[in-house]
Amino acid sequence: MTLTARDIAEITRLLEDSSFDELQLEIDGLKLHLKRGAPSPARPEQHSAVAAVPASVVPAGLAGVQADEPVADAGDLQDVDAPMLGTFYRAPKPGEPPFVEVGSRVEPETIVGIIEVMKLMNTVRAGVRGTVAEIPGRDGALVEYGETLLRVRRTTEP
Amino acid sequence: MSIRRILIANRGEIAIRIIRTCRELGIETVLAASDADRDSLPARLADRTICIGPARPADSYLKVETIVQAALGARVDAIHPGYGFLSERPELARLCARHGVAFIGPTAAQIEAVADKLQARSAAQAAGIPVVPGAAVDSIDSAVSVARRIGSPLLVKAVGGGGGRGMKRVEGLAELPHAMALAASEAGAAFGDARVYLERFVTGGRHIEVQVLGDGAGRVIHLGERDCSVQRRYQKLVEEAPAPGLSEPLRQRLQESAVRFAERLSYRGAGTVEFLLDEQNAFYFLEMNARIQVEHPVTEAVTGVDLVAEQIAIAGGAGLRLGQSDIHRRGCAIECRVNAEDPSRDFCPSPGLVTDVSWPTGPGIRVDTHIAAGSHVSPYYDSLMAKVIAHGPDRPTALQRMQEAIAATRVTGVTTNLPFHALVLGEPRFRAGAVDTEFVTQLLGVSAVRVESATRG
Repeated sequence: MTLTARDIAEITRLLEDSSFDELQLEIDGLKLHLKRGAPSPARPEQHSAVAAVPASVVPAGLAGVQADEPVADAGDLQDVDAPMLGTFYRAPKPGEPPFVEVGSRVEPETIVGIIEVMKLMNTVRAGVRGTVAEIPGRDGALVEYGETLLRVRRTTEP
Repeated sequence: MSIRRILIANRGEIAIRIIRTCRELGIETVLAASDADRDSLPARLADRTICIGPARPADSYLKVETIVQAALGARVDAIHPGYGFLSERPELARLCARHGVAFIGPTAAQIEAVADKLQARSAAQAAGIPVVPGAAVDSIDSAVSVARRIGSPLLVKAVGGGGGRGMKRVEGLAELPHAMALAASEAGAAFGDARVYLERFVTGGRHIEVQVLGDGAGRVIHLGERDCSVQRRYQKLVEEAPAPGLSEPLRQRLQESAVRFAERLSYRGAGTVEFLLDEQNAFYFLEMNARIQVEHPVTEAVTGVDLVAEQIAIAGGAGLRLGQSDIHRRGCAIECRVNAEDPSRDFCPSPGLVTDVSWPTGPGIRVDTHIAAGSHVSPYYDSLMAKVIAHGPDRPTALQRMQEAIAATRVTGVTTNLPFHALVLGEPRFRAGAVDTEFVTQLLGVSAVRVESATRG
């Protein structure tokens, strides 16, 4: 049998929810070694990174099974990009305080801004857990699809 | 209003075509490009490029609100929609009007009037222009009675269609129910309008169309006709101006009919009125295209008029700068559409990386293209790579120049339909002029597919 990316994601979740720190699995010559807290390369999306692991390799450390401590190096800055073209607003209404400032803690579901497309307000969520490090997106400016709105220093701490 | 900055809501060769005229006029260009087109040739040539969304047209080039938002954000005076995509979407024209952005094209009401093919047929009849015998049908029973009256073969057409989309050919009554059901479901899916109508299929017909320009206040001029009979599955492949072999009175009647049709609409901007010319030289109104067309360069070549510049002038409120007596036609021009398609595999699209390319040059040769070495032909968009246009003082010279141009064209990395063009240009029937729309099918030695589906606009 072979392991699909989905299988590995499932196994990873089982490990995350368990009290174990390490898991070694051998099936038909395939070795899978998962370790909690191993350093991981910066990945744009935690879940897609897991899903992208081919079944035949032994990952050194899976994104999504990360250190409990915030990772301090600059390599873990994640861009939050505009999901669409429109006018970017940092605050819910003019005159109100911005959704987030540099230093704000964000969860994946935290609203970080609004993109208006012809009077239709679309909320933008952080999509990542961490601390806002930079806000390149200018309030009231036209942002293109894929333009970086803010950068978040990632943490996995709840 | 003076137009100083234009948003181009399109891609490919037409984007470059529009940029070229804007440069001549000193107009700034802002290109609305999808993620896949960020590094395209048009993106490099435009003064500014704004990424409007992912590669998939439904997420970028077809988003009306996003395009208008981009126009407002970039503070442009006008939007040029090119052809295809949003060019004939009344919603875009309407939203532009609401936000004070000039739409380089007709009004929303004019787009709607010609988009509904039954309404357009009635308008033609009201203008005294013949239409192909046919009628609207809303059930199999009514279809059978209409079919009995007008005779077969027949075409089942979508009311909301056009350009060959949603069209089915029917040889006899037995096939009618199946073809109607198929056409209606396809039309519903493609145009959100499942209504269909029947027309007699005109065998041996030629596709002749007349280029018009209107000021939007009732004045319309024509820039002569084009013959676009070299088609495969309703997709034009070779076009020329003027149409060969027409008597002068017939040519004039076609041109006058087109002007009359557009005048009744008080048509604004550039448009094309399409006709079918049968073997007895009777002509019938087919439809009007409310946009600049792919094949407009052959008209530009013989008239010397920059149609995009006239479109911009009309949209900017300058009206018609040319009178009918200013239009003179000189010589003959032919256009070949070079597509990334494999003629040996039933013209299957062949997207990929263009590793090397060499476009032809020479007297009377014009090439409109967005493809250079290193360009990608994306599977997301149509396969048109270039239009090669050859102009000469007469048809034999234009033909000769085109043959040399096609022979001199080199494209590596993707498969193209260049061998098909060489075949057409060398074919005695084409060289003699006045082929009909069955020509390509006969040339390729394929018998007409009985119920054939057009797949692309």
